[in-house]
Amino acid sequence: MLRRIRTFLAAIVFLLITLLFLDFTGTLHTYLGWMAKVQFLPAVLALNVVVVALLVLLTFVFGRIYCSVICPLGIMQDLLARLNRKKNRYAYSPARNTLRIVVFVVFVAVLIAGFGSLAALLAPYSSFGRIAQNLLQPIYLALNNLLAMAAEHFGSYAFYEREIWIRSLPTFIIAAISFAVIAFLAVRGGRTYCNTLCPVGTVLGYISRFSIFKVVIDEEKCRNCRKCERNCKASCIDIKNHTVDYSRCVACGNCEKQCLFDAIKYKLSLASPQVVNKESDKPSDSADAGRRNFLIGAGLAVTSVTLAQEKKKVDGGLAIIEDKVVPERTTPLTPPGSLSARNMQQHCTACQLCVSECPNDVLRPSTDLDKLMQPTMSYEKGFCRPECNRCSSVCPTGAIAPITLADKSSIQIGHAVWIKKNCIAVEQEMDCGNCARHCPVGAIQMIHPDKDELQPMIPAIDESRCIGCGACEYVCPARPFSAIYVEGHEVHKVN
Amino acid sequence: MERREFLKIFGGATVASSALLTACKKNEQEEQLKKQSEPPTDLMTMRKNPATGDNVSLLGYGMMRLPNLPKKVDTDPDVIDQEMVNRQVDYAIEHGVNYFDTSPAYCQGKSEAATGEALSRHGRSSYFVATKLSNFAPQTWSREASQEMFRKSLEYLKVDYIDYLLLHAIGGTSRDLNGRDLDSHQTFNARYMDNGILDWLVEQKAAGKLRNLGFSYHGDIAIFDMLLQWHDEGRYHWDFVQIELNYLDWNYADEINPSNTDAVYLYNELKKRNIPAVIMEPLLGGRLAKVPDFVVAKMKAQRPESSIASWAFRFAGTPEGVMCVLSGMTYMEHLRDNLFTYSPLEPISADEDAFLMEVARDIYNLKTIPCNECNYCMPCPYGLNIPGIFSHYNKMIQEGNLPQSRQSETYKRQRRNFLIGYDRSVPRLRQADHCVACGECLSHCPQRIDIPQQMHKIDVMVENLKRNGAVEDKAE
Repeated sequence: MLRRIRTFLAAIVFLLITLLFLDFTGTLHTYLGWMAKVQFLPAVLALNVVVVALLVLLTFVFGRIYCSVICPLGIMQDLLARLNRKKNRYAYSPARNTLRIVVFVVFVAVLIAGFGSLAALLAPYSSFGRIAQNLLQPIYLALNNLLAMAAEHFGSYAFYEREIWIRSLPTFIIAAISFAVIAFLAVRGGRTYCNTLCPVGTVLGYISRFSIFKVVIDEEKCRNCRKCERNCKASCIDIKNHTVDYSRCVACGNCEKQCLFDAIKYKLSLASPQVVNKESDKPSDSADAGRRNFLIGAGLAVTSVTLAQEKKKVDGGLAIIEDKVVPERTTPLTPPGSLSARNMQQHCTACQLCVSECPNDVLRPSTDLDKLMQPTMSYEKGFCRPECNRCSSVCPTGAIAPITLADKSSIQIGHAVWIKKNCIAVEQEMDCGNCARHCPVGAIQMIHPDKDELQPMIPAIDESRCIGCGACEYVCPARPFSAIYVEGHEVHKVN
Repeated sequence: MERREFLKIFGGATVASSALLTACKKNEQEEQLKKQSEPPTDLMTMRKNPATGDNVSLLGYGMMRLPNLPKKVDTDPDVIDQEMVNRQVDYAIEHGVNYFDTSPAYCQGKSEAATGEALSRHGRSSYFVATKLSNFAPQTWSREASQEMFRKSLEYLKVDYIDYLLLHAIGGTSRDLNGRDLDSHQTFNARYMDNGILDWLVEQKAAGKLRNLGFSYHGDIAIFDMLLQWHDEGRYHWDFVQIELNYLDWNYADEINPSNTDAVYLYNELKKRNIPAVIMEPLLGGRLAKVPDFVVAKMKAQRPESSIASWAFRFAGTPEGVMCVLSGMTYMEHLRDNLFTYSPLEPISADEDAFLMEVARDIYNLKTIPCNECNYCMPCPYGLNIPGIFSHYNKMIQEGNLPQSRQSETYKRQRRNFLIGYDRSVPRLRQADHCVACGECLSHCPQRIDIPQQMHKIDVMVENLKRNGAVEDKAE
């Protein structure tokens, strides 16, 4: 029963939270946005006391069901573990507490030191987010684009095409590697990641030792067949001593279902926990090489799909448009609502939810080491449009605080800078003014240099009005280097 | 492909089985049906060139929009589907078409060779070929380059003489090699007079290298009038003139764009002088085949079995002074439909004429942008897809998807359709917001559309649509 409820809920949660990451239309986050916000680490980073308290309480009462039905990475591992059809493949292994504690302490230290992105490498929710955004969303978009093609063919506007592109290669590689590693661990040994590396698993594991509901072995009924032990993906049942390591048990209910003698049950139990601390040999299941190759192959297939899409760009008979080079901004841009570069760096777990939401292809993971994978902005494919605040409404960690459109129109995330030598008004002596025409806050006016009426007009930027949205940079005809670009503000100002 | 094949077989089987069932009884009816799906081969309306006595088919084949091979990748260059061109040319000749109109500029310069390839498979006396001394790039304006262009035309078309040679698109403006803007007089002089090439062409005519000399006209009416005055004065003789004529431009050309001239004037000026008219843009680049639903309904109510395009062709072919109506028939269906229309022509009656004038007013009132997608403006140096943007805008008007008021119930749907369709038709970096108003395109547009101004209008409209959606979504 427990198992059935668990799988049912987990399937729903997994489906919905995956959809939240895949959806690019901006419709689902209104209904599903909360699913990201109830994740443990994002709630901690957002100082969301209510959610954290509820999750702690939940774990204290029912054990680590968070890891079984709320955490998308946990559910993903259960799904992947099903790929391995070998029965009775697990065995009890002693807890690796030293490793767990060391990893956890390092994680907290790195987080406090402000290297959120380094910590994010271990965080379960954001790992899942990166996997979903980098590996799954391209597939989802490709399917959508097929539908869009069909819709176009039939003159319908039901679906529209979205460009598929790798926003940052390092982040893509990290996502692919973390998927490969986690998949490998899951297929081989079940919840190995959750019970050694995952910092959330460690915290909740500590609480779940004292949980009220838990799995209890009835020694009188038990015939020592070890069926439960061999089917425990957390490797936490020790039949020899008739003990369960509750710090690792994720309350999945598999053991209860396996037991032929009704000897192991998930129930209310106030007895003090028995914890086995001694370390011994690792369980010795060897890797299934074929499966690993399959997974690597799948990863490659995704890459080649993305590359093929990249090539399909320029139509015949049209001038070739040179790609713009991303300018080297002294201060990188962070989206309105993120308050400051520091706030972003400290709160962001690099889950990529904002990146997968951004409808203008502005947000992408940073490649700077100190904020690796955290969102930054650039304006080659679009600009930060005035009618959009989607990133701020989805961010679960408070790295991008919720803002209204009115707020947005007055937040200065940066200011435009004119580069004389690139401007076609100077270079080709041509009247252009495209930057001024498109500035949504009227911060640019066109003037004659040196009051010389004969010379083509050049842009004059009022930095005090500029909000750094990048409309000017996006529409600037100078290629590959824009003649006007946005320099970020370390601390956002409100106009 | 598989599905199509399946349908073909399946359809075939159905037809076969039903034929078996009804057997002989319906034989006669079937014969009748077959006749209707194939145009007759011997009923093409012919018009006489008064000067040479040429018997010219009313339907002329325009070689400007030839079919291309399907592309694997969008970036591949266009390659003309020669096999298809041959098939269609054969079919046209078989059905009485004998006038083929090309130019060194068409199909990125590949049209003449493709035309020559297809026509050379037929006897030289079975067709008339028209080509032009084109004028798009100032690099080709020198005497030597012009003579070379003419020589190349003969070579590509595999002929010893050209039947109809035109000065291409007189009346336009241009920008010379130094970037100086030339008005229509300066352009005409620089292209045809200063280098003495017009006199040279007259010599070529005397030498039998070309049989008829004429011009095609777009733009400044002063040039048109000047050339006809020369004709009256006996300075030059025009054997034929190519003009734009259709039921929209007949009376509305100058309403659509004040600097254009109504076709009724152009036609009457030619008629007065008994100069045969060759008609271009009878269908406005296909725009008169894609009319709004309510016009479709009106047309089909009168002639349920005739195509929408047939109205435009009948209109263009009706005036007696018209020698030939050109149609750029990319597909076999177009060719077949036009052959039906002109084999033989059923002239437009007075009632129908009044009806078409009413339709013209309706279409004019839609305020579409008069772009015929001739692509002369392309490539835009800033990468815009100008015809693509206009075509989307017009399509939205035709489909009733041009959002009007935010208060209207249809606004949300129209907004969505407009924006999705926009991204679909034109990649974002080629959209109107990237127009810097350099004006490079202006002199190239035969319809004299103020392209930068229209781009700006569409840009502002799209920007408003994008912004207004968000406010509205919030209010919900």
